[in-house]
Amino acid sequence: MTMRVFLAILVLLVVVVLSVAGFRGGFSRRPPIELFNDMTRQPKIHPQSASDFFADGLAARPPVPGTVARDGAWADTPLNTGRITGTTNFAALNPRPLTAELIARGRERFTIFCQPCHGPLADGRGITAQYGLVIVANLHDPRIVRLTDGEIFDTITHGKNNMAAYGASITVTDRWAIIAYLRVLQLSQLGTADDRPAGPSAAPTK
Amino acid sequence: MSDLFPLWTHRLPRQLLVGGLLLATSVTAGVWYYFTPKYTRAGYQPLQPVPFSHATHVGQLGMDCRYCHDGVERSAFANLPASATCMNCHNQVLKDDPRLAPVRDNVLTGRPLAWVRVHRLPDYVYFNHAVHARRGVSCDRCHGPIQNTDETAVAEPLSMSFCLDCHRNPAPNLRPAAEVFNVNWRPTSAAQQLADGQRFVREWDVKRLDNCAACHR
Repeated sequence: MTMRVFLAILVLLVVVVLSVAGFRGGFSRRPPIELFNDMTRQPKIHPQSASDFFADGLAARPPVPGTVARDGAWADTPLNTGRITGTTNFAALNPRPLTAELIARGRERFTIFCQPCHGPLADGRGITAQYGLVIVANLHDPRIVRLTDGEIFDTITHGKNNMAAYGASITVTDRWAIIAYLRVLQLSQLGTADDRPAGPSAAPTK
Repeated sequence: MSDLFPLWTHRLPRQLLVGGLLLATSVTAGVWYYFTPKYTRAGYQPLQPVPFSHATHVGQLGMDCRYCHDGVERSAFANLPASATCMNCHNQVLKDDPRLAPVRDNVLTGRPLAWVRVHRLPDYVYFNHAVHARRGVSCDRCHGPIQNTDETAVAEPLSMSFCLDCHRNPAPNLRPAAEVFNVNWRPTSAAQQLADGQRFVREWDVKRLDNCAACHR
């Protein structure tokens, strides 16, 4: 008799614990339980965390105006500004040596940052066009094809019209890689019959 | 004399033994099941100030992780994007949507947008995103099928054994460098994965980092 009562209580207890505590990995809005968290949560600052010490609520301090990052692109060179040193004229050509690696890197970065709006072919028909972002430049437009590399660099860095600045997201060297790849894409659309290599054509003939 | 030990006391030792064993087993099972990050951490899905959906942005639009988390290959910390990054599209798409009001507010006034931290390792663990992402550990290995989730939740326990299982035997978890951010990538077969993984371990000089100081400094 006592054994049956004991078993019933035990089963009831298991059911109650399971229904209250749930299963592993189950949905929970409550932050994870941390027993003895004096080492787990140390009084130190993490990136992008909040702070109740500073008035703006941010733990990270914005740099003082005029601060130059040690590894930042601060020097007035075409590589950093897209402009010829000491002038406001745009550099005509990509200051990075054109290599297969640069173009491959550019393709990767173009796919990450440009493709959503400009499309994989840079024709301005990215996936976002279906969601209301309709005024996107077709990068095969003769006006854009004729832009200097430096001006395209400036547009990526500071944005233009509806396009926001990407200088904060894409490093200087990657911006030049993107431009190198963009020139490849543009070239791919500018071909004429005369560009075909001599010799037998791979295209089907009739 | 017979009253001193009535009949029920004859069964008492066996009942105590069986009952005690059952109780101890249940308590042990409960501790084993619940006192682990598999229970305490996994499944945490906080409400965010803006209902951002990875299912929409990654699953549906096919955006790369790095469009927003642009520091992940360079930094120990996989940053949340600046609100300006959201506004690259949302200055035109859903530009007056009330759900995005905190983002617009942040851009216009600089008032912080208080996203709720989802994945929070203990402070004595020094995890480096860049090191993992550049050595073939994909996002979804730790973050789960995030391209299908409307609300970000902790998908894996992120416990010490979760880390060590991979640190001790990295080959099954490494993928080609170009596919690290492709959350839909799957190996063609387990054997292929193992062969490729072992090659990556050699080529990238992936160490079996299972000493304490690898993560605890």
